[in-house]
Amino acid sequence: MSLEISRAFVDAILEQSRAEYPDECCGVILGPAGSDKALRHKPMLNAAHSPTFYEFDPKDLLALYREVDDNDEEIVVIYHSHTETEAYPSRTDISYAGEPGAHYVLVSTRKEIAPATEFRSYRIIDGVVTEEPVTIVG
Amino acid sequence: MSIEVRIPTILRPYTKDQKTVEAAGATLSAVITDLDANYSGLGERLLENGALRRFINVYVNDEDVRFLGGLDAQIKDGDSITILPAVAGG
Repeated sequence: MSLEISRAFVDAILEQSRAEYPDECCGVILGPAGSDKALRHKPMLNAAHSPTFYEFDPKDLLALYREVDDNDEEIVVIYHSHTETEAYPSRTDISYAGEPGAHYVLVSTRKEIAPATEFRSYRIIDGVVTEEPVTIVG
Repeated sequence: MSIEVRIPTILRPYTKDQKTVEAAGATLSAVITDLDANYSGLGERLLENGALRRFINVYVNDEDVRFLGGLDAQIKDGDSITILPAVAGG
């Protein structure tokens, strides 16, 4: 169990986190169905516009799943940012986690560790969080 | 009367891994009752204290049921219902 992701996507997600500060940012990375390959980055709107909560707009959510189905893709990564806390799933993250096949990526761009950042990946299945190694390529 | 219901990955253990199932009912509430009768346990994953769970989104023909009356949403033959887990967190 591990996540392989390109440097360009990591940079883009960290940049999105900074740009949407203090709100949390969110998005997905898609790949061909069954491949577990994170190939197509799709930033999403945080409909909650909040520093402590994120949520895909229900309309965007349906459109996303339709697009994924039509393209014979899967959601490989679901990511969001923590702007003031560690890149570790919160209780809310765990209770909402509804995609057992996805890598849940958390990034943190909190000030205490700047200019360093955190980029970590987890599986969240039936309320159990398991961190996995991240390999950044390219 | 036949309604197509699309089941998300996380709930497919209840439908023997079927992505799409058939159901019947004149309201969303009736459809969920029918689903639960055929796929035991599914109802509880969709409802909490008689209301739709906060982290489940249900659409009737692409329209969010929250704008169609929620559990009272009228369903007719040939409608397509999509169930999706919210993507959200803190």
